Amino acid sequence: MKQLNKTTKSNLLTYGMVVALFGIMQALVATGNVSSLLKGLLVPLCAYIILAVSLNLTVGILGELSLGHAGFMCVGAFTSAFFSKCVADAIPFAGIRYLLALLIGAASAGICGILIGIPVLRLKGDYLAIVTLAFGEIIKNIVNILFIGRDENGFHFSTKDSLSLGLSPEGEVIVNGPQGITGTPQDSSFAVSVILILVTLFIVLNLIHSRSGRAIMAIRDNRIAAESVGIHITKYKLMAFSISAALAGIGGVIYAHNLATLTAQPKNFGYNMSIMILVFVVLGGIGNIRGSVIAAIVLTLLPEMLRGLSDYRMLIYAVVLIAMMLFNWSPKAIELREKFSAKWKRGKQKEA
Amino acid sequence: MALLEVKNLGISFGGLRAVNEFHLTIEKGRLYGLIGPNGAGKTTVFNLLTGVYKPDEGVILLNGENMVGKKTIDINKAGIARTFQNIRLFKELSVKDNVKAGLHNHYAYSTLEGIFRLPKFFKVEKEMDSRAMELLKVFGLDQEADTLASNLPYGKQRKLEITRALATEPKLLLLDEPAAGMNPNETKELMETIRFVRDKFDMTILLIEHDMKLVSGICEELTVLNFGQVLCEGKASEVLNDPEVIKAYLGE
Repeated sequence: MKQLNKTTKSNLLTYGMVVALFGIMQALVATGNVSSLLKGLLVPLCAYIILAVSLNLTVGILGELSLGHAGFMCVGAFTSAFFSKCVADAIPFAGIRYLLALLIGAASAGICGILIGIPVLRLKGDYLAIVTLAFGEIIKNIVNILFIGRDENGFHFSTKDSLSLGLSPEGEVIVNGPQGITGTPQDSSFAVSVILILVTLFIVLNLIHSRSGRAIMAIRDNRIAAESVGIHITKYKLMAFSISAALAGIGGVIYAHNLATLTAQPKNFGYNMSIMILVFVVLGGIGNIRGSVIAAIVLTLLPEMLRGLSDYRMLIYAVVLIAMMLFNWSPKAIELREKFSAKWKRGKQKEA
Repeated sequence: MALLEVKNLGISFGGLRAVNEFHLTIEKGRLYGLIGPNGAGKTTVFNLLTGVYKPDEGVILLNGENMVGKKTIDINKAGIARTFQNIRLFKELSVKDNVKAGLHNHYAYSTLEGIFRLPKFFKVEKEMDSRAMELLKVFGLDQEADTLASNLPYGKQRKLEITRALATEPKLLLLDEPAAGMNPNETKELMETIRFVRDKFDMTILLIEHDMKLVSGICEELTVLNFGQVLCEGKASEVLNDPEVIKAYLGE
């Protein structure tokens, strides 16, 4: 019972933190203390938080290093943007349209997660990381050669160029290869995005503290033992991976519906993005959901405040990433940390 | 009918014949020992029994049902649970969660019921908690229920592994060198625990062990394995005095 209360408390703290930050941000915006640059960053920031939390499910809870998370985000972004653009006239209510877009984005990314997960999850460790990296790039490149148009005869597909679609004069090109999707209705808002963060946290935290979450973590800690107590390895691995992918899809939906033009570039859907999300997860603490949220916020806002250093951003990331990994896992660093925490505890006892 | 009946079991790894014409019969409620020199194939037999390896030939009958070709998970569901020579706990989970992972198949609710915290989640989790605590209490681990498994002392980790195996409600419990790395006092305590498990849970136990004090102390029957073949089998006192066995263990 005490255990339950402890986790409930910790979960509530996470939700409360997100709500409090939202309140503060809204107050700052209302009083005009936020630069337009920062204001423009709020919705992408929400997308990054969701991505970080969802990747933590794969990396921290399932214990498999995935470097292709931006690929699932890409799937969610493009399918939902495609849907929203197609039905922009048919469904004039932004709320319903956005809700449907979210469902479609999450579902398509989730299905993609299952399809990719089936072969990929047979691998372990570095091999899995490299293959997911490749899949992320493949998804991005497929989107880049995709041309889809629509006229009175229905949809036209091509992988060559927009001319070969053979559209009638009234037809419009919806997905224009490297130029992406232009004119997606901008349905994302900061408030809705924050609600989606809460939904994501709700799903991930409740999953972790349930029977399935326990099974997933048991597999992470010891696959052979998990199998020996009757836990279905493939089922739970796939479950974690596809839920993680579906949530990344939601991040993609938010991201896509905030942009006038959605293109798949290395910067937003390539491995740069995957690495950035991984940095959030590692800095926030692998397996620590609240940490991912904090790390995503700090690492998105900090570079904006330190614009002058922007050239060195990737360099600093790399150094910080290595430093954190050493701090977390090197035996010497652990020893040092334990020494300090013991000292601190003793000091506290003395005070009492 | 015997609880476990193994006939003509064999497996080769490449050119190496690891287990050959192995046979074993265990009646319900027995404490059975499997001994033999290093590399005799004892753990391989365990891996065959639990479906980690698929035998090249032979049958494994649990209550008359053939286990050969079944997956580890299904064999566990059918009623064979095991512990490992090198302890394999879920290190980052609490002691209680380790046992609850063992209860996985016996107290079920769906993932969606878990995510949306439907009434069934609370009901089943509560049942799981009380069952897990009940088991932990039996082994004197209830005080450490919220500790991380990796923070337990060695002897208690062994106990936790047995607890977790018992949580899956097996008919047959396989213990792979339970006393490895234990001091004489811990071994003595372990012997009592094993005997206690057999009496309290009405369990059938097959164990691999090198500690002859433990083997002669608690095992009622023994099979001796040497170079993958059954060297000798029968009552513990007779087997341990068999000149062939002494020769295999100590050399001439």
